[in-house]
Amino acid sequence: MIEEIGTTEQGELVVNLGPQHPSTHGVLHLVVTLSGETIKKVEPHLGYIHRSIEKMCESLSYRQFIYVTSRMDYLSSHINNHGCALCVEKGMQIEVPPRAKVIRVLMDELTRLASHQLWWGAMAMDVGALTPFFYAFREREAINDIMEETCGARLTMNYMAPGGVAFDLHPDFQRKVKDFLAFFRTKIDEYDELVTDNIIFQRRMEGIGYLSSEDAISYGCTGPTARGSGVSCDIRKSVPYEVYSQVQFEEVLETGGDCFARYNVRMGEMRQSISIIEQLIDNIPGGEFLAKTKAVLKLPKGEFYSKVETARGEFGVYIISEGGTTPYRIKFRSPGFSNLSALDHMARGHKIGDLVAIMGTLDLVIPDIDR
Amino acid sequence: MTKEELKISVTELLPSASFEEGSEWTTVLTGPDGWDSFARQVRSAPQLDFDYLFCVTAVDWKTHITVVYHLTSTVHRHTLVVKVKLDHDHPEVATVSGIWRTAEFHEREAYDLMGVVFTGHPDLRRLFLTDEWKGWPLRKDYEDPVNMIKL
Repeated sequence: MIEEIGTTEQGELVVNLGPQHPSTHGVLHLVVTLSGETIKKVEPHLGYIHRSIEKMCESLSYRQFIYVTSRMDYLSSHINNHGCALCVEKGMQIEVPPRAKVIRVLMDELTRLASHQLWWGAMAMDVGALTPFFYAFREREAINDIMEETCGARLTMNYMAPGGVAFDLHPDFQRKVKDFLAFFRTKIDEYDELVTDNIIFQRRMEGIGYLSSEDAISYGCTGPTARGSGVSCDIRKSVPYEVYSQVQFEEVLETGGDCFARYNVRMGEMRQSISIIEQLIDNIPGGEFLAKTKAVLKLPKGEFYSKVETARGEFGVYIISEGGTTPYRIKFRSPGFSNLSALDHMARGHKIGDLVAIMGTLDLVIPDIDR
Repeated sequence: MTKEELKISVTELLPSASFEEGSEWTTVLTGPDGWDSFARQVRSAPQLDFDYLFCVTAVDWKTHITVVYHLTSTVHRHTLVVKVKLDHDHPEVATVSGIWRTAEFHEREAYDLMGVVFTGHPDLRRLFLTDEWKGWPLRKDYEDPVNMIKL
């Protein structure tokens, strides 16, 4: 246990960043060792929002445990639910109706857009630009309204269920999504003009927090964090689930490895998500939205692993079943947890102000890390 | 590599290994002895090249504890699952944080919640819970009348 405040024997200053600090976006506690303003070491202290979700899930049924996972990565709650539903379906060999598959992908991509919008606003705010935060929330509000109509919730959706989705789409869904896309297409160009092309912003981002592709793999980074270092790791491409193999989209890769590269990956991903939604919104098949399943789900004895691509990277669900109605052991492989482990490596040698920029480009969601 | 080819390569490296059938990926069962050198070999052998450790799970089976390592290769795109069986009362296994750096956090989590000791780990402390915490919450025999709500 290191001394949490004061100076070290080498005359280095130990500073606590968080757990209550606006730039840590939640209750993350970083103990930073500084020499002057230069970072020597960053040590994350976790667990302020640890709820032991894995233990909780051991006493919940296969329908119930999906609801808890909305509370992990709350900005990707649809995609978390999706990963869990996929794992249960894999175990029980449930065939999901085509309509539900398309609805799931649409919801996933809308969630990705909403998550990246919030990240974009918060990222700009982290490096000192406050206005983008309000712009991002204005656009995100439109997605939340669409979600609210269909799912009845704005944050913890609990919409995906084993076998499909819990309810059918709201009659206004297609019209509202099309309206939103037309509106957002102009806004994303505005984002670029306002922030991406801003020379002050670029200076804050370029060459900061370099992560090589070897290190990204070794630290288990996934999602935009790894793709900013040129590592191809998009689950939607490598192990396509639902209808991702039938839609045209590109895996956005940057080779810079710095904060600006990670920023550009997410901006590119927003455009790809728009394209995926546009391809699917007029092609939602009719029919059932939920497969017929037994009232009580029982997974056969065995082990099942499924993974999905959330807005932050690879989310894995590992269920070990003994044949009962509840899992024997469940493990959530959360993307933020592994991405955070690379923070110390990325931040060393940079100034303390850059630490906030690096954290911003990791897009940390603390409940996802602590679980 | 296909599942069968992987089995052959793994048997060459670790003749004592046995395999578990019926799962999605090639699953190797082994004990803690030799896991460290086996891990180094699957990481460095060019035909295997398991450079990416994506999940470390500790499971309490009441009679023993297993640590499950999910490995994949970003070059060859094949996946290997290694299950290391440990003693229930004194679970100890060599760390792999020197091979895959992501293991440093994952192993701390397994220590914190399941009490698995990873020998040679650079900084084996509790990760989520406080340093004063007693017991290993994810074990099946863990009881905590104050902090735990029975569902």
